[in-house]
Amino acid sequence: MQTDLRQEARRQAEICNACRYCEGYCSVFPALHQERFFTDGNLTQLANLCHNCRGCYYACQYTAPHEFDLNLPMALAEVRQDSWESFAWPHPLAQIFQKNGVMIAVATVLGFAVLFLAMRTLGSAGGEGFYAVLSHNAMVAIFLPAFLFPLLSITISLRRYWEGTAGKRITLAHIVGAFGSAANMKNLAGGHGDGCNFEDEDKFSNARRLAHQAVMYGFLLCFAATSAGTILHYAFNMPAPYPLWSFPKLLGVPGGILMVLGTVELARLKLKADRNLGASSAWGGEMGFVLLLFLVALSGLLLYWLGGTQLMPLMLAIHLGSVLSFFLLTPYTKMAHGFYRLAALIRDEQRKAALE
Amino acid sequence: MTNRYDIAVIGGGNAALCAAITAAELGAHVVIFETAPKAYRGGNSRHTRNFRCMHSGPLGPLVEDYLEEEYFEDLLKVTDGKTNERLARLAIRTSEECLPWMEEHGVRFQPSLSGTLSLARTNAFFLGGGKSLVNAYYRTAEKLGIEVLYEANVTHLELDGNRIAHLDYEHEGESKRIAPKAVVVASGGFQADTDWLTRAWGPPAKNFLIRGTPYNRGIVLADLLDQSVQSVGDPTQCHAVAVDGRAPKFDGGIVTRLDCVPFSIVVNKNAERFYDEGEDVWPKRYAIWGRLVANQPDQVGYVIIDSKSLDLFMPSVFPPIKADTLEELAEKMGLPPVQLKDTVETFNAACGDTSKFHPTELDGVKTTGINLPKTNWARPIDAPPFYGYSLKTGVTFTYLGLKVDENAQCSTQDGPITNLWAAGETMAGSILGQGYLAGFGMTIGTVFGRVAGREAANYAN
Ligand SMILES: Cc1cc2nc3c(=O)[nH]c(=O)nc-3n(C[C@H](O)[C@H](O)[C@H](O)COP(=O)(O)OP(=O)(O)OC[C@H]3O[C@@H](n4cnc5c(N)ncnc54)[C@H](O)[C@@H]3O)c2cc1C
Ligand code: SF4
Ligand code: SF4
Repeated sequence: MQTDLRQEARRQAEICNACRYCEGYCSVFPALHQERFFTDGNLTQLANLCHNCRGCYYACQYTAPHEFDLNLPMALAEVRQDSWESFAWPHPLAQIFQKNGVMIAVATVLGFAVLFLAMRTLGSAGGEGFYAVLSHNAMVAIFLPAFLFPLLSITISLRRYWEGTAGKRITLAHIVGAFGSAANMKNLAGGHGDGCNFEDEDKFSNARRLAHQAVMYGFLLCFAATSAGTILHYAFNMPAPYPLWSFPKLLGVPGGILMVLGTVELARLKLKADRNLGASSAWGGEMGFVLLLFLVALSGLLLYWLGGTQLMPLMLAIHLGSVLSFFLLTPYTKMAHGFYRLAALIRDEQRKAALE
Repeated sequence: MTNRYDIAVIGGGNAALCAAITAAELGAHVVIFETAPKAYRGGNSRHTRNFRCMHSGPLGPLVEDYLEEEYFEDLLKVTDGKTNERLARLAIRTSEECLPWMEEHGVRFQPSLSGTLSLARTNAFFLGGGKSLVNAYYRTAEKLGIEVLYEANVTHLELDGNRIAHLDYEHEGESKRIAPKAVVVASGGFQADTDWLTRAWGPPAKNFLIRGTPYNRGIVLADLLDQSVQSVGDPTQCHAVAVDGRAPKFDGGIVTRLDCVPFSIVVNKNAERFYDEGEDVWPKRYAIWGRLVANQPDQVGYVIIDSKSLDLFMPSVFPPIKADTLEELAEKMGLPPVQLKDTVETFNAACGDTSKFHPTELDGVKTTGINLPKTNWARPIDAPPFYGYSLKTGVTFTYLGLKVDENAQCSTQDGPITNLWAAGETMAGSILGQGYLAGFGMTIGTVFGRVAGREAANYAN
């Protein structure tokens, strides 16, 4: 990991520790105040607790032009970014995609191409609906590894995170606490419920929190829809396509709509926010990832809408292609942040529990 | 010259914003002149942490109650009675309605606090500190249509008989003049003008550090005093604490304070102790060391502790100087090594039973048999590594200011000035003759800012 990034974060954390005015904005500060000297592991953990809400930046009396030159959201973002890159497995892939929106776009196009090619060469094997375009077995052959590989990769990364931050044995209470914080994005509420300072300097707003929640819950609904489809397929021998009044659709359609709205809003906020308060080199990669998520959701909805028309095979290729790239990129894009954040929240629950 | 504005508010800190918001809500057309650039707006207020507030029963983040008499007693203790009782009681009484007013105007408080300060009953802590408070007020001001001119330095108010005829300021490289109906002065003290400090204090003042904004240079204050506007306060009185000697000349703010004195011995540059480090508790000991250091040669002091005490106080912004032996520490700090060792040994020999040592209470663990005792927390300095900090005098704000009445109105010998009001540090000397009560600066600014805004608006309407 890059020592200069850590050195800078350490310098700033020490100033915050002498100041403590931002106590109450988020869980970074109580965790920070517990240390007097910051190890690399401490800094990694603080960095992954930070949601880049920027509350502490706009409240800080030591930001530039002050000679202390504080910019804690940026310092933590840099360490966070760097930690994801160094924990990722296989390592070099992370560097390519974390920071690079163009590479994400290239990967997505490649995803389409693979799917088109598969449709041309593997074909339908006599199925109906979507399977008339690409056989079910072919889909499984492509997507199962594309799903399992990221899981393996993330597991390895999280284990490295856990070692790096001296994590302890996880209990149910830790998990409940962490999921509780994630469920309502407590750390984006600014400590007072007015939200964060993401879109317009020091103005507080819940826009980012709401948009982020729309994406998260939308994603979880879509994931549940896919799982429901899988269960219907294997357990009840009911292959796709499904009608509106079915689990996959009742979960997937609202999920897709939430994701589309949420990603559009996240992209809009990202364009408005000051780039100098994040890891500016990662901006493109983050934006690329938001747009990929948008594409996954939108193409899914369009596929449903145009499923009965001649455009179906095209939409299917686009949707499956974007989903394929999404899965494969998960460990190396902003998507990974969800896993690290949860790990950090669980670790923070352990810290709090140790105090009692 | 334009008369576009009803009210001109001079300053961009807490007092100014409270005045401007109050006046605008009463329908006045208000302009704020802030001499600092936007990034530095908010004066000393942006360095603050809390607000001392009277309350009967729990109020916002405050627990239990804190009634007028107790608050007033606390004030008497620190000022030694040098206060204007009527104004002080007005500030105290009105503080209670200020807290909800602050919340209505966007200020957010810490729900509860942790750490070493136990002021949850008397002081309400701003979430994010004073800068977030100032930001909230600027947002509110913007919504109310108040105009804010940054980098607008007011240089002169023309006193004509019993009213202010016009106001001169510099903005965008030009000298400009306006003639508002009423003026509120909230431009702070003069502590950032080193020459003025030196005139008041003598040459030692050159070595003082200014904890807050470099923009409070007392320009308007001096201009008004020159025109015989009535003043209060003693120019040598100010709030000063001992800060880390490595702190910046200006604007170091809260992080440069050092809380380690009680666990230390403090020596001057000749490595001699000069005051009982174990006297009394916060907040008094916090405030006295600024003056004590100011009276030492070169206005410096040196705190010496050992490894036993390192974790007993709030971390400070600069790491301590560290050495394995006292001689080495002395070398590193520029102190005479033999003398330092001698001073420490004499002190250590005077320490007795330390088993009752208790870091957060007056523990009575004291020295015996030396001329300059340490009356609490007296433990020998003997566990290497040894640590040291240098100390300098850090000025918070000055007390010489404008004399006001209960309506925050200024006056000359001949009576009130009909359209001039003052609020905040610039008139705080009307209440604080000496000493300081934590959180009272924001109380004075909020209370009198609102009074001044109200009176100015009533006059202008
Ligand atoms: C480090 C530190 C911590 C503190 N902590 C606390 C605390 O926790 N609680 C508390 O109650 N008090 C605290 N104080 C004291 C407190 O800051 C002041 O009492 C209070 O902020 C004064 O507010 P004010 O509006 O009068 O002055 P300021 O906030 O200083 O505002 C004065 C304004 O006038 C402007 N100005 C000056 N000259 C001109 C000019 N010629 N033309 C135009 N504008 C001009 C300045 O730029 C500034 O914006 C602290 C002070 C410091 C330095
Ligand atoms: S970000 Fe600034 S105001 Fe907040 S705790 Fe750190 S130093 Fe203090
Ligand atoms: S940016 Fe927000 S989440 Fe991150 S440390 Fe600052 S206040 Fe906490």
